[in-house]
Amino acid sequence: MSTILIIEQMLNGLQSGVMLFLMAAGLTLIFGVMGLINLAHGSLYMVGAFAAAAVAGLTGSFVLALMAALVAAALAGAVIEILVIRRLYDSDHLDQVLATFALILIFSEGTRWVFGSFPLFLDIPDALSGPVTLPGGIEYPLYRLALIVAGLLVGVGLWVLIERTRLGIQIRAGENDREMIAALGVDISKLYTLVFALGAALAGLAGALVGAIQSVQVGMGEPVLILAFVVIVIGGIGSIKGAFIGALLVGLTDTLVGIFLPELLKLFMDAAPATSAGSAIASMSIYILMSLVLIWRPSGLFGARA
Amino acid sequence: MSRETLFNAALLLGLLLVPIWALLTDEPFTITLATRAVILALAAAGLNIALGIGGLVSLGHAVFFGIGGYAMGILAHHAQGFTPLMEWPFVIEGTKSMPVIWLLAIVVSALAALVIGLLSLRTTGAYFIMITLAFGQMFYYFAISWSAYGGEDGMSIYVRNDFPGLNTLAPIQFYGLCLALLVVVLVFSARLRRAPFGLSLNAARQVPARLEAVGLDPMRLKLVAFVISGAITGLAGALFADLNRFVSPTMFSWQFSGEIMVLVILGGVGRLFGPVAGAVTFVALEHVLGGLTEFWHIYLGLILLGVVLFARGGITGLIAGREASHD
Repeated sequence: MSTILIIEQMLNGLQSGVMLFLMAAGLTLIFGVMGLINLAHGSLYMVGAFAAAAVAGLTGSFVLALMAALVAAALAGAVIEILVIRRLYDSDHLDQVLATFALILIFSEGTRWVFGSFPLFLDIPDALSGPVTLPGGIEYPLYRLALIVAGLLVGVGLWVLIERTRLGIQIRAGENDREMIAALGVDISKLYTLVFALGAALAGLAGALVGAIQSVQVGMGEPVLILAFVVIVIGGIGSIKGAFIGALLVGLTDTLVGIFLPELLKLFMDAAPATSAGSAIASMSIYILMSLVLIWRPSGLFGARA
Repeated sequence: MSRETLFNAALLLGLLLVPIWALLTDEPFTITLATRAVILALAAAGLNIALGIGGLVSLGHAVFFGIGGYAMGILAHHAQGFTPLMEWPFVIEGTKSMPVIWLLAIVVSALAALVIGLLSLRTTGAYFIMITLAFGQMFYYFAISWSAYGGEDGMSIYVRNDFPGLNTLAPIQFYGLCLALLVVVLVFSARLRRAPFGLSLNAARQVPARLEAVGLDPMRLKLVAFVISGAITGLAGALFADLNRFVSPTMFSWQFSGEIMVLVILGGVGRLFGPVAGAVTFVALEHVLGGLTEFWHIYLGLILLGVVLFARGGITGLIAGREASHD
C-alpha cells in the first residue's frame, strides 16, 4: 500500500465528489427555494449526457457537446417546470415524489425510444486525454483532473451567483419568504423557472462530463440521483455549503472504503472472505455514514433545525 | 351501503370470479396475472398502513419485500440442496413449508422495520423519504454483494414450496391461497383503523401535538404502524418470490419501492381497498399496454401524472367520491 496509490485514490474520490456536488447543488437549491423533492433530477443528468453524446457524434466537438448538454438539460428543466412541477409547489411531498417518479418513467422510456437500448459513447477530447505527471511522480489521467478543476470552478461560480448577484439575493429571499419578495415586485414564478433550469443545467453538465468516462445509457441518472440525495441529507437540505462538504465526504468515503477496507480486513482474515465482506460493507458505507450523521444531527450537518 | 363499499365488494367479487372466467375463456394465464395483482395488492396494503393512516412516506418498502423474498429463497435453497442453513450452535435445516417461510418473512421484516423505523422516525418530511430510500439502497447493495445467495444474479427455486393440504403448483390453488391472505390482511386493516390504535395513528398524522397533549406518544404509534406495515409487505415478498420461483436483488430496488407507492396512490391513499384497486389496474395496464408497445412505461408515467395532478383520490376517489374514509 503505497502513498502514491493513496493519493491517486483520494483524487478519484475528490473527482467523484465534485461531480456529485454538481448534481447535489441543483437538487438542494430546488429544495431550498421551492420546497420540492425532485426525483427527476437524475433524468436531467441523463438528458445532458445523451445530448452531449449525440452532438459529439455529429460534430466531433467536445465543447459543442458540453454546450448542447447545458442547453438541452436547462430546456428540459424549464419545460417540465412549466408543465408539471409548477403545480406541485403547494402539494405535499408525497405528490411531488409520485409526479417526479412519473417523470422518470417518461424520460427513461422516451430516451430509450429515441436512442435505443444500447449505450452511447462520448470520447474524451484529445487535448485532455492521456495521463499527466503530478509533483511526486504520480501519473494521473488529465481528464479526471480537469473534472476536479471544472467542478470546483462551477462551485465558485455558484457561490458568486448566490452571494454576490441580484439574482442570488432574490433566490435567497425566495427561500425565506416567497410572499414578501412577490410583494416587492419580483416575478416569483419566473424566478422559480429560472432556478429549476439552473439546477437542471448543472445536472446536465455533470451528466456530460461524467458521460465521457462512463457509458451513456438509459438509467444512468438514478444511481447518481440517490447518491446526490444522500449528499444533501448529510449536508442539510437547502444548504449549498452542506452539499459541497457532503459531496466530498460521500465521494471520498465511497472510493476509499471500497479500495482500502478489503485490504484492511485481509490483515485479520483470509483473502477471499475479506474481499467479499469488504466489498459488501464498502457498498453500504455511504448509507451507514448517512445514518450516523442523521442520528447525530437529524437535519444534516448544515441544515436548519426542523 | 355507500358507493365505496359497493365498489370494494365489486372488486372482491371480481377477484373471486377470475378463476371461473379463466376456465370459461380457456386462458389459464389470467390466473397467474391475477395472482401477481393479489400479491402486489398485499404489498401495497402493507404500505397503506404506514402511508395512508400514519402519513409515513416510506420510499424504502422494497426492503421488506426483498427480505420476504430472500427468506423464501434462502430457506428453499437450503432445503432443495439438502444443506443445513446453520450448523453452529445448533443445526437449522432449510424448509419448503410455506407457513414456516411466511413466519420467518414476517418476523425478519418486522425486526428490520423496527430498526429502520427507530432510526428514520427521528427525522420528518423530506428527510424521512430520503433516509428510507437510502436504507433501501443499503439492502440492495448488500444483496448484490452477498455471493453465497446468488449475488447480482439472484437464485431460482426448482419447485414451488408446499402448503399442507394444497397442491401449490396448481395455479388456481396458489391463487386461492394468496387471495385468502389478502382478505385476512384487509380484514385486519379494516379492524385496525377502527381500533383505538388506528384512530390515534390517524390523529398522529393530522395533529401530533394534540395527541401528545392527551398523553399519547405519536412516535411510538408511528413506529408500531411502520413495523406492522413492513411485516405485511414482507409476507407479500415471500409470496411474490414463490410465484416467480425466483429472487433477486431487484426486489430491493428503489424503483420497486416507488412502484409499491404508485399502487397505493393509483388506488387511493388511505382507502381500505385502494391497494387492491391500484394493483389490479397496474397489472392490467402492464398486460394491455405492454402487449401494445415496448415503451408502456411512458403511458404509465402519463397516467400517474394525471392521477397526481387531477385525480387526487386515485381510482377509488374517482369512482366512490371523496368524502369517505380518508379524512
